[in-house]
Amino acid sequence: MRRLTPYLLALPSWMWLAIFLVVPLAAMASVSLQTGNVIDGFVMTFSFSNYGDAISAYGTQFARSLLYGGLATAAMLVIGYPVAYWIAFKGGSRKSMYLFLLLLPFFVSFVLRTISWGFLLSDDGILFGTLKGWGLLPPDFHVLATAFAVVAGLTYNWLPFMILPIYVSLERVDPRVVEAAQDLYATRSAAFRKVVLPLSLPGVFAGVLMTFVPATADPINAQVLGGTGNTMIGNIIQTEYLVNNDYPTASALSFTLMAVLLVGIFIYARVLGTENVLEAAAR
Amino acid sequence: MRRGRLGDRLLHGYTWLVIAWLSSPIAVMILFGFNDTPSKSNTSWHGFTLKWYAQLFAIPDLTDALWNSVLIALVSTAITVVIGTMLGLALGRHRFRGQGTTNFLVFAAISTPELVMGASLLSLFVSANLPRDRITITIAHVLFSLSFVTVTVRARVVTLDPSLEEAAKDLGAGPWATFRQVTLPSILPGVLAGAMLAFALSIDDYVVTSFVNGSTLTFPLWIVGSVKTGIPPQVNVMGTLIFGIGVLIAIANAVAARRRAHT
Repeated sequence: MRRLTPYLLALPSWMWLAIFLVVPLAAMASVSLQTGNVIDGFVMTFSFSNYGDAISAYGTQFARSLLYGGLATAAMLVIGYPVAYWIAFKGGSRKSMYLFLLLLPFFVSFVLRTISWGFLLSDDGILFGTLKGWGLLPPDFHVLATAFAVVAGLTYNWLPFMILPIYVSLERVDPRVVEAAQDLYATRSAAFRKVVLPLSLPGVFAGVLMTFVPATADPINAQVLGGTGNTMIGNIIQTEYLVNNDYPTASALSFTLMAVLLVGIFIYARVLGTENVLEAAAR
Repeated sequence: MRRGRLGDRLLHGYTWLVIAWLSSPIAVMILFGFNDTPSKSNTSWHGFTLKWYAQLFAIPDLTDALWNSVLIALVSTAITVVIGTMLGLALGRHRFRGQGTTNFLVFAAISTPELVMGASLLSLFVSANLPRDRITITIAHVLFSLSFVTVTVRARVVTLDPSLEEAAKDLGAGPWATFRQVTLPSILPGVLAGAMLAFALSIDDYVVTSFVNGSTLTFPLWIVGSVKTGIPPQVNVMGTLIFGIGVLIAIANAVAARRRAHT
């Protein structure tokens, strides 16, 4: 009986993950190689050309998603690292208060947050409308429906996910190690580059992992902030599935997206070990 | 040394600047819930009113969507917490065959893009001829919350001292009594954190839900559907109330944790 315990404990989750994650993904892999249409049904024809066709049709949106996701992740890293650093080393007894304030946006629905952010950026809204009224901006100035608005929205939405893991890894750095470096005549910047930065890299990796994947695949920011010229791959997959009912193309695109993202993740997992990534992700 | 202090002050100000940036859309959302707008669209300021709080449930579709979201979040959280805690215990406490595979599955569920998860679930439901409704949405929500609960509980389980459970057994407690009186109380903070995470993920989800909802609308789906026609102030009020409740629960939780730490 005792030896069975772990299996019994794991059984419900195994079943859930098998039926609702593994089987659907396998089914999707199969659909991505089929041909047909929604009325006559789809037949397995092993048409690997579905992938080539899908990528050549939507290569632009694919590249754009990777670009926007990458730019947003880079922006989060640059914006977030100093914040994580300051809270970890100078936050003192108020550390948890600062972290709480950074997490406040998560108490508002993601969709609503993005729309609010779009509202702030709107052409004649409270920000740009006022500046235009004062004559500080030309009347035709606009940010909405530009690439900048989408990247800024992605950056805004996932920034705390970048700050938290970096904070966790910096918080573990023993200040005495930094003092030791300075005692050995390292300048402040040398102590940072050679001691603090390397010790925080696991946090940086975890942060990139937790932000790049969702930001690249996100359809909402492009839809709400991007207008028609900034469609990302998430929007295409949604439309192909829900509007055009072109399941093979949509499946092929989904798989390509996942493959590209998973390759990245596995490189990270290799560097860190999955347990560490999960541990960092759980904090 | 002086340069260091100046740098610290700059970083301090910068941290507050980032916090202000992150909070500004929330402030706008709360503010425009008090906007006395005459039309349906709520984009410019017309003076202060409390009437949208009084007419909170004046839009039946929106009210239905909100209750759908709350109901789905409650049910999916309950299921996820039970099976996720079980898996967390198995992974944190036991060594068993298939542990590596299980870890990998947990990791895969976290790292699968939401879009792919939603799309593949839709394929499954379509081919199994399952009508899409609140049940399929709940199934999907359990799936994407499960790993987060598992990981949170496991992190707590591995810090447990196994000799406590052994002591309970030596004193004649059966496995169930040991679990209820020894194990569960000590992993409870992890379980509660997992539950809050699952609830938050569920009530907030748009992407996965948009694939498996059929004609059922949840709060986020209703909002996205009304972007083109204009978002009524009631949405701001509901968002404000959810925000307020969430913040209160978080603060209460932090206070309770501090009290536990002191006793």
